[in-house]
Amino acid sequence: MAHDDLHKLKDQAQYDFTTEVDYAHTVRRGLGEDIVRELSAVKGEPPWMLAFRLKALETFLRMPMPTWGVDLSSLRFDEFYYYMKPVEQEARSWDDVPDSIKETFERLGIPEAERKFLAGVEAQLDSESVYSSLKEEWEKYGVIFVDMDTAVREYPDLVREHIGKVVPIADNKFAALNSAFWSGGSFVYVPPHVHVEIPLQAYFRINAQSLGQFERTIIIVDEGSDVHYIEGCTAPQYSTAALHTGVIEIFVKRGAHARYTTIQNWSTNVYNLVTQRAVVEEEGRMEWVDGNLGSGVTMKYPAVVLKGRKAHGEVLSIAFAGQDQYFDAGAKAIHLAPETSSVITSKSISKANGRSAFRGLVRINRGAQGAQAKVVCDALLLNPQARSDTYPYINVAEDEAQVEHEATVSRINEEQLFYLMSRGLSEADASALIVNGFLEPFVKELPMEYAVELNRLVQLQMEGSVG
Amino acid sequence: MADHTLEIRDLHVAVEGKEILKGVNLTIHTGETHALMGPNGSGKSTLSYTLMGHPKYEVTQGEILLDGESLLGLSPDERARKGLFLAMQYPVAVPGVTLYNFLRSAVSAVRGYTEAARKAGNNRLNAHLIPARAFRQEVNEELAKLKMDKAFLRRYLNEGFSGGEKKRAEILQMALLKPKFAVLDETDSGLDIDALRIVAEGVNRLQAELNLGLLVITHYQRILNYIVPDFVHIFYEGRIVQSGGASLVEKLEAEGYAWLEAEVA
Repeated sequence: MAHDDLHKLKDQAQYDFTTEVDYAHTVRRGLGEDIVRELSAVKGEPPWMLAFRLKALETFLRMPMPTWGVDLSSLRFDEFYYYMKPVEQEARSWDDVPDSIKETFERLGIPEAERKFLAGVEAQLDSESVYSSLKEEWEKYGVIFVDMDTAVREYPDLVREHIGKVVPIADNKFAALNSAFWSGGSFVYVPPHVHVEIPLQAYFRINAQSLGQFERTIIIVDEGSDVHYIEGCTAPQYSTAALHTGVIEIFVKRGAHARYTTIQNWSTNVYNLVTQRAVVEEEGRMEWVDGNLGSGVTMKYPAVVLKGRKAHGEVLSIAFAGQDQYFDAGAKAIHLAPETSSVITSKSISKANGRSAFRGLVRINRGAQGAQAKVVCDALLLNPQARSDTYPYINVAEDEAQVEHEATVSRINEEQLFYLMSRGLSEADASALIVNGFLEPFVKELPMEYAVELNRLVQLQMEGSVG
Repeated sequence: MADHTLEIRDLHVAVEGKEILKGVNLTIHTGETHALMGPNGSGKSTLSYTLMGHPKYEVTQGEILLDGESLLGLSPDERARKGLFLAMQYPVAVPGVTLYNFLRSAVSAVRGYTEAARKAGNNRLNAHLIPARAFRQEVNEELAKLKMDKAFLRRYLNEGFSGGEKKRAEILQMALLKPKFAVLDETDSGLDIDALRIVAEGVNRLQAELNLGLLVITHYQRILNYIVPDFVHIFYEGRIVQSGGASLVEKLEAEGYAWLEAEVA
C-alpha cells in the first residue's frame, strides 16, 4: 500500500476514533509481587501466565546487573512505573512534549494525527479500519496477528507452548524483567506453506502498549511459510517512560523464512535494552534488519540460533549514535548444525560525542561441519570526539568450519566532500549524502516509506553537525 | 545571453607551504574556448582545483574574479552556485549514492530549490528537491544525447565506472548544472577515440547552448582536434609563459615541450 493511502486511511480512522473510558487502573511506582499480581489480574490472565510472571520477577531480583557494555549504574528500577494504563498515558498533553521533538516532526513532515501518537500523547491512533481489512485477508489463510494480551486470551495453548522457549526467563536480567511485566507486543502465527505477501506491520495494530516499555513479541512461522514483520518507525518517538526492555522470540520452522525489520528512534532519555532471538530449523532462513537511531543507551544483539541442517541467519544492522548517545549493539550467530550459514553486517555512525560499539558473537559448536559465518562491521566517525569500538567474539569448536571477519573504521573522505560540494551541495548536504551512501546496504532492504524517511532523518541530523 | 568574465589575476598558490602557482594571469569571457597546455607537474591541476576552491590549495597572492567579484572567500558549493564547473581528471567514487540521487540533489542545490525550501521553512519530505517528473525527463534527454544508458542512473556515483563512463558522467553533470564557466581538467585522459568524440561533441553542443566560457586543460593536443580553442596558453612551472592562437598547438605537436626549458631559462 502506498504511504499516502495509508495516511488517508489513518486520517479516516481518526474520525472513527472512540475513546474507551473507565479503563484506568492505578499501579504504584516501582517493582514488587503486588504489582505483578495486579497487572495480571487487570488483564484477566490465566494462572499459568501469572505463575510465569512471578517466577520471572523472582529471577530478576536474584540476577546481578550486567557489568559489561554500557554503564547502567544510574538505572534505578524503583523509579519507574511497570504498568501504565492507556488512560493514564492519555493524560499527558501535547504541551508536555519537548520542542525539539515537535520541531523534528515538523521537519519530517509527519501528519498531525501521527505526531500525537508518536509523541505518546494519543493512546490509540487506532487504525481499526486499515487493520480489519488486512486482517480479513490474513485470516483466510489462517494467519494469526494479534496483540499479545489478545493472544493469551484467545490462543492460550499456542502462547503457553512458545513463550520463554527461545528467550528463557533467566536469559539475562532484562529478559527476566520483561517476562515479569510484559505488556503489549505482537503474536504472529503463520500456518504451514503460507506466504504472507504484505508485511505485517505493528503500525496497523497500533495502540500505545505496542510501543510500550515491555513489549513481548512471539512470531511462529510454520514449515515452508514466509513472513515479514515490521515494528517501530523512523520518526522520533517521545516517551516519558525511560526504561524499555523488549523481548522478541521467533520460531522459524523447517524451510520457512522470516524477516523482522525494526527501527527505533526513541528520545534520548530512554534506556533501550532488548533481547531478540530466533531459532531456525532445517533449511529455514531468518533475517534481522535492525536500525537504531534513538535512545540514550541501547543494548541489543539480535541473535540467530541455527538449529537445523542448512539453516541460514542474517543480521543487518545500523546504529547512528549522536550527542550523548551510547549504543552497545551487535549480533549473535550460534551454529548448532552442519552446513549452517550466517552473515552479520553492521554499520555504525558516531557523531558529536556519540559512542557506538559493535559486539558480535559467532559460535560454531562441534558437529556443525561445513558451517560458514561472515562478520563485516564498518564504522564511520563524523568528528574527532566520536568513538567506535569493535568487540568480536569468535568461538569455533568444529574444525570443518569457516569464519570470516572484517572491520573498518573510516571518516568522511575529504575528496568525496570536495567533489560533491563542487557540484553545489552544501557541506551538510554533501555529508548527508555520503552518510546515506554508507547506510545504503541497510536502507535498500527497507520498505520504501521507511527508506525515504530514514534518508531525510540523516539529512536533518547532519545539518546540526556541520559548519 | 548575458556575457560574463572570469579573471585570474597574479594568482599565487601554495600547497602545504610549497608554492606551485607563481603568478597566473588569464581572462576568459563566456563563449570563448581557452586551451591550457603544459607538461606534467607544471601546476595545471593546481589551477583547476584552486578555481573551484579546494581547501588544500592556499591562495597566497592575487585574485580570482567573476564579473569583478572575488571568489576567494567562497566555498566550492558557493562557487558552483555562481556558475563555475570543474570536470575532474579523477572523479571520486561515492559508494551507495546513486547517480540519479546525486544529480537530483546537485541540480536542486544549484537551481535554488534547496535554498528556497529552507528559506520558506517548507519541510515536506522532498520540498528541497526539484520535482521528480520534470527532472527525470530532463535527465533522460541528456543521457540520450551522451549515448548513455538509463540504467546508468541506478549505479553508484563513479563506482566501478570505466574511464570513459566517468568522463561522460562529468559532462552529464555539466549539462544539467548549466554553468557559466567550465574547466575541463585532462578530460581526454583515459578515453578511446569514440568516447573522446562523444565527450567532445557534448562539450561543443553545451558551449553553443549555454554560451559557456571553457578552459580546456590538457597535456596532449588530441582533444583540441575536437574542441577547437580560440586561445592557447602554454603553462610551465606555475605560470603562463606563452599565449597565442590555435597555431600554437601545432608548434607543440611538432616540437613537444622541450624547447620551453631553453626559452624560459
